Amino acid sequence: MAAVESGTCEGPAGMSAVKRLSHAAPLALRILAECPVSKARACVLTLPHGPVNTPVFMPVGTQGTMKGITVEQLEELGCQICLGNTYHLGMRPGPELIEKASGLHGFMNWRRNLLTDSGGFQMVSLVELSEVTEEGVMFRSPYDGKEILLTPEQSITIQNSLGSDIMMQLDDVVSSTVTGPRVEEAMHRSVRWLDRCIAANKNPDRQNLFAIIQGGLNADLRKACLDEMTKRDVPGFAVGGLSGGEEKDDFWKMVTLSTDHLPRGKPRYLMGVGYAVDLVVCVALGCDMFDCVFPTRTARFGSALVPWGSLQIKQKQYAKDFQPIDPDCQCATCKRHSRAYLHALFKSDTAAMHHITIHNISYQVLTKLISRIFSCFSLYRCFYCSCCLYFLL
Amino acid sequence: MKLELSKVVQGCRLGLLTAIEQTAQHSLDVPGCLLFTHCATVPHLTQDTLHTLSNLPAVTQVTLNCLAEHHEVLEEFKEGVRKFAGLHDTALYCSLHDSATTNPAGHITNKTVSVWGSGGRMELTVAKFMALQAAIKPDFYQSMADGETWQANTSRKRVRKAVDRTLAHLDECLILHQKTQELKQAKIFGVVEGGNILEERVRSARETAKRPVAGFVLDGFQSAAMKQDLRSQLITAVTAELPQEKPRLLQGVGRPDEVIACVEVGVDLFEGFFPFQVTERGCALCFDCTVTTDPETAGTSPSTVLESNEERPVVEEPKENGDSCPENMTRFEMNLNDKRYREDLRPLVEGCSCYCCKNHTRAYIHHLLVTNELLAGVLLMLHNTAHYLRFFRALREALANDRLQDFKRRVLQ
Repeated sequence: MAAVESGTCEGPAGMSAVKRLSHAAPLALRILAECPVSKARACVLTLPHGPVNTPVFMPVGTQGTMKGITVEQLEELGCQICLGNTYHLGMRPGPELIEKASGLHGFMNWRRNLLTDSGGFQMVSLVELSEVTEEGVMFRSPYDGKEILLTPEQSITIQNSLGSDIMMQLDDVVSSTVTGPRVEEAMHRSVRWLDRCIAANKNPDRQNLFAIIQGGLNADLRKACLDEMTKRDVPGFAVGGLSGGEEKDDFWKMVTLSTDHLPRGKPRYLMGVGYAVDLVVCVALGCDMFDCVFPTRTARFGSALVPWGSLQIKQKQYAKDFQPIDPDCQCATCKRHSRAYLHALFKSDTAAMHHITIHNISYQVLTKLISRIFSCFSLYRCFYCSCCLYFLL
Repeated sequence: MKLELSKVVQGCRLGLLTAIEQTAQHSLDVPGCLLFTHCATVPHLTQDTLHTLSNLPAVTQVTLNCLAEHHEVLEEFKEGVRKFAGLHDTALYCSLHDSATTNPAGHITNKTVSVWGSGGRMELTVAKFMALQAAIKPDFYQSMADGETWQANTSRKRVRKAVDRTLAHLDECLILHQKTQELKQAKIFGVVEGGNILEERVRSARETAKRPVAGFVLDGFQSAAMKQDLRSQLITAVTAELPQEKPRLLQGVGRPDEVIACVEVGVDLFEGFFPFQVTERGCALCFDCTVTTDPETAGTSPSTVLESNEERPVVEEPKENGDSCPENMTRFEMNLNDKRYREDLRPLVEGCSCYCCKNHTRAYIHHLLVTNELLAGVLLMLHNTAHYLRFFRALREALANDRLQDFKRRVLQ
């Protein structure tokens, strides 16, 4: 597919040695509208498995399934792209089987877009005694105790087998609460690993490799990382190493610094974000793509997301509450079921979780917030103003 | 409520149960099964996923096990369970217990029975039982009964007591039913008890038949308790005492071979819990339930829509890979937990038109089970329900076309 727009690589001023790929990436970003006050923009991102309207929230289907929701339901919810997890799928069922089943799309029968992360984050967060070296991340498999080394090359190999539309580079992840020389080391290593990932990508014509900007909460390190990574001609950039417990003030500063120095014509993916309030702010700061396990995970605990917060459906106060979760919501759950029924159902059957999951995905993906942004743009009003109105109401 | 029998052949009744509710729009094919639910939801399924299935039974079953603890809520809601649950257009039957779970024994008294909800045991008098029915607003329901005779070695005395109590409860329920405004349009089914004692079974049937009930529930025949030979013998004796024109609903029996045997002795309706049990053990129904219409090709039929798989369920190869079979697994199903399906990219059953078989592979289901993913239950429930409903449709077709013996052979092979 043609990738006319993505060819325009608008890096920082004074940029020289742009490392270009030999062919165009399978991604096109068309900017539909930009807010004159904030850095928000509405775009259409075209990927091998169809268009994605941004800003977009991508639900997380870790193990090749969206937690009790069928792919048909996911499609009907308006989801155009969702996540699969390289670490988990690489362990079970493994890349060879998935490749045999025509990639992750074929294996789970999802015909729209998929984004896979590199596996790096899980390895550091989930696995005890993992060790990072220049080669890669060494860890012990939780399933059979064997020692495994995940290198940038291997991460890309697995992701090539999964066949995702967007692949993430393997980055050297450090928590945002870590300070000192480790942060700098990780940043530089991530740049080197990016180059190794680019070299290892067998399918640049149909799989997009995104870089991940690191640097912790250090503005200088972030800037250095941005300078280096934007020299590489990757189809998109993610902002990583944030949303891990840092102070909100620091978080936002790093986000806006990153988007200031990322090319306008390429998508910006803020990893691991999240809560509705953060989404609003980070859209205003110029981010296009988001992912978070929160909406689907919290659903399984009976927590339903609403514009004014969340309802803990399992609480007694909802036992006789005969209205839907959100009277304004158009999802299948709200059109048919009351809080009282869902409260009762939680005592008998897992389907209660599915109802809330559907509502929460609907809330985040088709969230009134995001559709407001689009209606705002279509009326040529300022997104920022619309945002203020939204919070004031 | 009306049972219209189109055919009775060798004890098997084929027909249609009509006028199930006041609006008289739903009819249930006989022999047939009800739609099994937890609190009015088919396990694992939302309405959207449920309706990927076609030809759902016209009657949804709910149980007091699930609903008793929501009595207060239902009373305040005032409009019955169907509306409370946002159910699709369906008729509603309410039973006492859930045949997919075994309730602890020893809690029945002369005046009460017990049900078990999420908060524990709740004791019901007839008054409370009927108040619950009024809040639930079913189209038909079983009267309160003492069915605790399913344990081995239940004494004759205990069985007799069960019959007596059940008749007493029925009489009380009938009185209260007449007085209850909310149940004006509902029908009550009498419950035939009697354990495994022939005389008690006959007595219970005869006495229950004297009461003005719309149909009969056959209780205490739960699969685990009784071999099919004895069950058939007892049901034969029971149905001989029951009027032909009223339906007979058998509780606690769901296995395909037992279903067929019970149809042969005059049972009309079954509960639909079996697909759920199969789903919970990570298995998929795969037995042959095709009906051949041409006697010449019977036995050598070409591959029809539901040709049986090459794989035979685990009976022939127990513990092949060291994987143990799930408890209670029958020969009518395949165990998707088994490693042999890890790379099997075929659908569960070739030719099955359910959502699961049209969209997913055995390998994917296996992966979902291995990784403990919720979607496994959803997909298996869809398939197992579809297959089970198809079995009943085929059974009716076989009866209509005098192909029962051939059908039986295929199912039991």
